[in-house]
Amino acid sequence: MKDFWQRFKRNRGAVIGLIILALVILIAVFAPILFPQSPWKMVQRPFLPPFERDALLLGTDALGRNVMAGLAYGAQVSLIIGLISTVASLAIGIPLGAIAGYFGGFVDDALMRFTEFFQTVPNFALAIVLVAIFEPSVESIIGAIAIVSWPPVARLVRGEVLSLRSREYVEAAILSGQRNSTIILKQILPNTLSPIIVLASLMVATAILLESSLSFLGLGDPNLMSWGYMIGAARTVIRQAWWLSLFPGVAIILTVLSLNLIGEGLNDALNPRLSRKGK
Amino acid sequence: MTFQDKASPILTIENLQVALPEGADRPFAVDDVSLTLRAGEILCIVGESGSGKSMSANAMMGLLPDLVVPSGGKIMFDGMDLLTLSNAERMEVRGKRIAMIFQEPMSALNPLMRVEDQIAEVFEAHGLLTPKERKARAVELLTEVGIPDPAKAATAYPFQLSGGQRQRVVIAMALALEPDVLIADEPTTALDVTTQAQILELIADLQKSHGMAVMFITHDFGVVAEIADRVAVMQFGKIVEQGTADDVLKNPTHDYTRKLLAAIPKLDPNAVFEPIKSKTILEVIALTKTYRSGGGLFGGPERVVHAVQDVNFRLGVGETLGVVGESGSGKSSVGRCLVRLQDPDSGSVLFAGDDMAKLSGENLRAARKSVQMIFQDPFSSLNPRTKVGKIISEGPIAHGVKPSVAYEKARELLELVGLDKSAFDRFPHEFSGGQRQRIGIARALALEPKVIIADEAVSALDVSIQAQVLDLLAELKERLNLSLVFITHDLRVAAKICDRIAVMQKGRVVELGPTQDVFNAPKSDYTRALIEAIPGRAQELEAAS
Repeated sequence: MKDFWQRFKRNRGAVIGLIILALVILIAVFAPILFPQSPWKMVQRPFLPPFERDALLLGTDALGRNVMAGLAYGAQVSLIIGLISTVASLAIGIPLGAIAGYFGGFVDDALMRFTEFFQTVPNFALAIVLVAIFEPSVESIIGAIAIVSWPPVARLVRGEVLSLRSREYVEAAILSGQRNSTIILKQILPNTLSPIIVLASLMVATAILLESSLSFLGLGDPNLMSWGYMIGAARTVIRQAWWLSLFPGVAIILTVLSLNLIGEGLNDALNPRLSRKGK
Repeated sequence: MTFQDKASPILTIENLQVALPEGADRPFAVDDVSLTLRAGEILCIVGESGSGKSMSANAMMGLLPDLVVPSGGKIMFDGMDLLTLSNAERMEVRGKRIAMIFQEPMSALNPLMRVEDQIAEVFEAHGLLTPKERKARAVELLTEVGIPDPAKAATAYPFQLSGGQRQRVVIAMALALEPDVLIADEPTTALDVTTQAQILELIADLQKSHGMAVMFITHDFGVVAEIADRVAVMQFGKIVEQGTADDVLKNPTHDYTRKLLAAIPKLDPNAVFEPIKSKTILEVIALTKTYRSGGGLFGGPERVVHAVQDVNFRLGVGETLGVVGESGSGKSSVGRCLVRLQDPDSGSVLFAGDDMAKLSGENLRAARKSVQMIFQDPFSSLNPRTKVGKIISEGPIAHGVKPSVAYEKARELLELVGLDKSAFDRFPHEFSGGQRQRIGIARALALEPKVIIADEAVSALDVSIQAQVLDLLAELKERLNLSLVFITHDLRVAAKICDRIAVMQKGRVVELGPTQDVFNAPKSDYTRALIEAIPGRAQELEAAS
């Protein structure tokens, strides 16, 4: 563990990413304390530009709502949806990939063709269709994102399992009479964790982007203030009120960037042999 | 090439020190090493893994890993200190004046380039000759290193050549610019014993005809006996003994050298093994396994490899049967078919009244309990994320033993194989290769098997560790009345531990008999060729008589 942190620290970008992400998480957690009023509530005149009043540092939107409060509550939405949808897609992808890789043959063929079916449909289009059918809500958005983003997990896990399956310790486990389920769960999967963790950190970032895009198109949960919704609502007034699109945009960029930086740092730390030269 | 007096040193290493990054097991990979390499001699650097022998050579060529830096001393070559050269200056020396041969011929060659292009690249890098001349020279060089049909080999890709031929190509590349010094880093370790003998002969011949100085790095004293003029023995980054090959091999003065020499399994022509007259425990009848690949939907020729063809043998209770052969002879396939890690195409493996080759499901699971395996690679045969105690007790637990009982047993087994009980709660990476192999043995013993199949169980270990593990196996076999199928490519090891030996070639058993008969009066030509190719054999027999 100490080793891990040492190697992680060596990647300066990853540390910066971690700091940004920690800030975003803090803001999300303390949003109800920092902004006790609902982000939907009108607090001032509409289109108040930023940096004019101390209480409303980032100004107000077309209906006089506090932009800063919206950002804080939006952080909650983004993080929750990013995290849960990633967990859900891991829950689909890991078992499928592990079974396909371990048993091989017909099982592998069948599962991989099934995976390819999802890979051939454009992600975003499928997500839109799913959300539109099931009515926009947090659950349907999480479900849609999970359904479009599990195939890469299955592919990755299958590849890892295929290579680990021929390791001698797996053969030793077969000889010692362990059952297939024990071998997959105890011998193989723990050794595929590193690449899965790296992939998962990047998937959270993609999920946040997907959620923002859906909200931007008006397919977000109507009861939740999210960054994508804020930009979507502000696009008609972008010339009069630039700050309404800029600040949520910056929030999305920073969060996604921080997750990507962390992912790269994790990759360096968890796969030390693959890390780039001279580090 | 410059003509040089035979005795004059061409390359001098003075007090070389190479620092390791913080947190390594010792501060210096190479510590205060001084060597001289004279024109026209072969200097062997011998040592076990981690002794710093390769690091010394890499420092010379500027090939040290990122965090490892030379921290003191000089490497003088032709009036230059190689350690202080700029990259551009070093490029001039590398390849042209000092060339290197690597261990693994497959990864030393670019798989996507034809052989002639790779050789031509050497000239190109130094801006010599025209493209046409380069190709002509490539064929000349290939002829010189004795590749059959050099013109055809020149247009081949590396994968179309055998391991020995690839190593010849690598040697041709190293010779291309007529270097003064050739560094060979374990050039024969990855090769079969007969190929190894040919390559050693080639290197010795070329060294004489070109008058090069050769620095030959190896872990194998047999190879040293074959080829060396002078020897330097390294341990923990220091040179512990240096001298002519005769002196060091026959009258070693340092304890470490003595220990290393004593650890080499000896070929004793007079050793007598008691014939085993016990009951048969395992009988293999007409075992056959064929691999097929290619073919498929769009045709193309199918590749068929007869890995195991009609193999028959019996294994007695308490007997050690050696299965020896070169790579691709099918010896590992036999072992894997016995425990059903691979399914044989036909034939029977009779064990305790069951035909193991035909069992499946629960019956197979139960039968496998009595036939366990020890694997080759101590680094990939233990799950890196499981504690040692768990690794050993997993098998019994899977067969229904209570965890508390299994853990207690695992502790006992750790002591039995010569490890401390405290190893139970540690992870495999905290152990050395030899200790890991002991853990692997403990795991195999945990199920109280009657037959153990050891697949190259000591091949990845240093010679002194190898001797310890072999002793342990012999002792355990005696104590627990085990029968052992010992698969190895190393005839010295086989001679030391086996009661009977089966020699395999191309999937068939070409000879099967008591060990002393196989060694002293081999019946098949192939066995004879194998035995004659054992490095250091001639010198050893000469010394014994």
